Amino acid sequence: MSALLEVRNVSKVYGGSVFRTRDLTVAVRNLSYSIADEAASITAIAGESGSGKTTLAQLMLGFLEPTSGQVFYRGRDVARMSPAERRQFRREVQPIFQDPYEAFNPFYRVDHVLETPLKRFGLASSRQEARRLMEEALERVGLRPNETLGRFPHQLSGGQRQRIGVARALLCQPRVIVADEPVSMVDASLRATILASLQTLQRDFGISIIYITHDLTTAYQICQNIVVLYLGTVAEVGSVERVIRDPKHPYTQLLVSSIPVADRRRRWGEDLPPEADAPSGPAGAQSGCPFAPRCPAVMDVCRQSPPPLFRPDSTRAAACYLHHAAPVLEAADVATVFDHHDPGSVASTV
Amino acid sequence: MSTEREILQVEDLRVEYATPDGPVRAVDGVSFSLGAGERMGLIGESGSGKTTLGTAIVRLHRPPARITGGRITLDGRDFLGAGERELRQRRMREIALIPQAAMNSLNPVMRIGDQVADGILAHEGRGARRGLGERVTLALARVGLPAGVAGRYPHQLSGGQRQRAAMAIATALQPKVIIADEPTSALDVVVQRQVMLTLGRLQQGLHAAVLLIGHDMGLIAQFAETVGVLYAGRLVEQGPVDDILDQPRHPYTRLLIDSLPTLDDKKALRGIPGLPPSLLNLPAGCPFAPRCPYAFDRCRHESPILQPVAPRQQAACHLYPQHATLPPLPASSTTEAIPQVAPPAAEGVAAKVGR
Repeated sequence: MSALLEVRNVSKVYGGSVFRTRDLTVAVRNLSYSIADEAASITAIAGESGSGKTTLAQLMLGFLEPTSGQVFYRGRDVARMSPAERRQFRREVQPIFQDPYEAFNPFYRVDHVLETPLKRFGLASSRQEARRLMEEALERVGLRPNETLGRFPHQLSGGQRQRIGVARALLCQPRVIVADEPVSMVDASLRATILASLQTLQRDFGISIIYITHDLTTAYQICQNIVVLYLGTVAEVGSVERVIRDPKHPYTQLLVSSIPVADRRRRWGEDLPPEADAPSGPAGAQSGCPFAPRCPAVMDVCRQSPPPLFRPDSTRAAACYLHHAAPVLEAADVATVFDHHDPGSVASTV
Repeated sequence: MSTEREILQVEDLRVEYATPDGPVRAVDGVSFSLGAGERMGLIGESGSGKTTLGTAIVRLHRPPARITGGRITLDGRDFLGAGERELRQRRMREIALIPQAAMNSLNPVMRIGDQVADGILAHEGRGARRGLGERVTLALARVGLPAGVAGRYPHQLSGGQRQRAAMAIATALQPKVIIADEPTSALDVVVQRQVMLTLGRLQQGLHAAVLLIGHDMGLIAQFAETVGVLYAGRLVEQGPVDDILDQPRHPYTRLLIDSLPTLDDKKALRGIPGLPPSLLNLPAGCPFAPRCPYAFDRCRHESPILQPVAPRQQAACHLYPQHATLPPLPASSTTEAIPQVAPPAAEGVAAKVGR
């Protein structure tokens, strides 16, 4: 099995220096992850803010260089690509950005955001064809071209801008879409429609989707596998059925139990452990499990060294000493932990 | 709806925005009441008028918004007709608004304790200086913040703590009605739960009524006992949360609930096709008719009014009272908003299709 897109032992560290390790922010810590080439997959990367999910997305898109480790596309190290390879990488791995306002230059009409990739990647042979491609892409996300083209970003709602971001990614006919909270600002009734269209992309057009979100419910609905991040490391990984229905890592359990379910027979508990309210600030240089300060099940060993991924089930692994009796999941074997319907593979070595 | 005395009554409230293109009816005849200590949710999507409604009830709306009709009665006394002075007396003391993104509107250069104190002094005058420190501590304690937070600046607090500080400021004078507009929208799910549980404890401690405005049905279900569904500035359904979730009577409510993802099973995601109507050019008749799978002729000409459809439930829909409940969705209804347009086949991509 070959990898289409792979990050290998990447870390991203901000700030600090040899003498000022206290100012370090480790956004992502020694993380490995890949998606397979053979068949399109949808994987969720889930976590709260500060988990490193957006940094990981930017590393995968080549917008950020890792402090250590490498990013590979089709087997080529992104940092060492030729201009032609890099152009192909840029076209085939497309982002959908989280903030639909920041992604638009307010000086230009929104057409600009759609025309630019067409020009850059030579995807249209004439103005008419460009126009036609743009209109089709807009219709695919439920927007009316005559109410969208020609407008400035401030004349459209957050949800409309977000959908233009999705249309823009579609225009490029990518292999991989890295979508960072693509529907966070969209109403519930429209969210379902847009997410369904992402699923269609994967099923019918063979585009792999990496869906970055803090919304576990939508992740459960559209993804086959999930990576749960906490402070830059993988807390739990595997089939979305296992991880969300029966979470083994205390952090995942906290996340899942906090989801507001539209069913009053399943209420939130009245108590939250006091540690759960601790702000999850950025991690500095740190020993031990990053969740230890907040973990209701913390043990001495947790504070001493970070846990590897243990594998209590065939399609899931959790980085938690509670499962120390289970076999350790080595990076090389991670391909086996995911749902068999989905060849996307995930690994994290700590 | 509630057997307790009604602390807030809103009758036929209408709010318009004056725009260069004409008046926009953001709130179009909304009526509901809150009993003391009751928790009610108001659910609406973008453009439904929910924020306008929230700010108008506390009379904090600003031009070009104008209240053009209706009545607001707070604790038995007229609130809509009250003069500026009476308003200032009664706001914060009887009714408080926790506005959207409250945590972002904290003064960044003022300590939290001073901001809480500020609110108290502004409404009670200089005479309130005595015992102010204790009152600030109490206000913070009611939202689960330790006294030490009073000496900190907003940037020193986490998002959840800032939101709770904003709640403390808004409720420092122990109001009987709290209107919370999307109090957790920027917060992660774990912090959101913490803040909502805090709001619940705050509410219980004050025996206040809470109107929770939002778009997340799950959140409203976890917190509120009753819910009103807002569409195009009107209440289209109202009743106990359980009843409405189990047996929605209005088509919009039904489609909205159907579009919610769940953790129970993977199902085909279905949205509601179309877009909410332009409030500048509301169609004649029911505002939901253009998107309604049950719409028939009367719906396009005559606007339905809220009427009882079940022991404690009301809905504004011409299907009633002839029907007891919503019929099954018509077979012809489609929930696909997106025409299936195939993109031009890309090299390599087409080859991957069909496994």
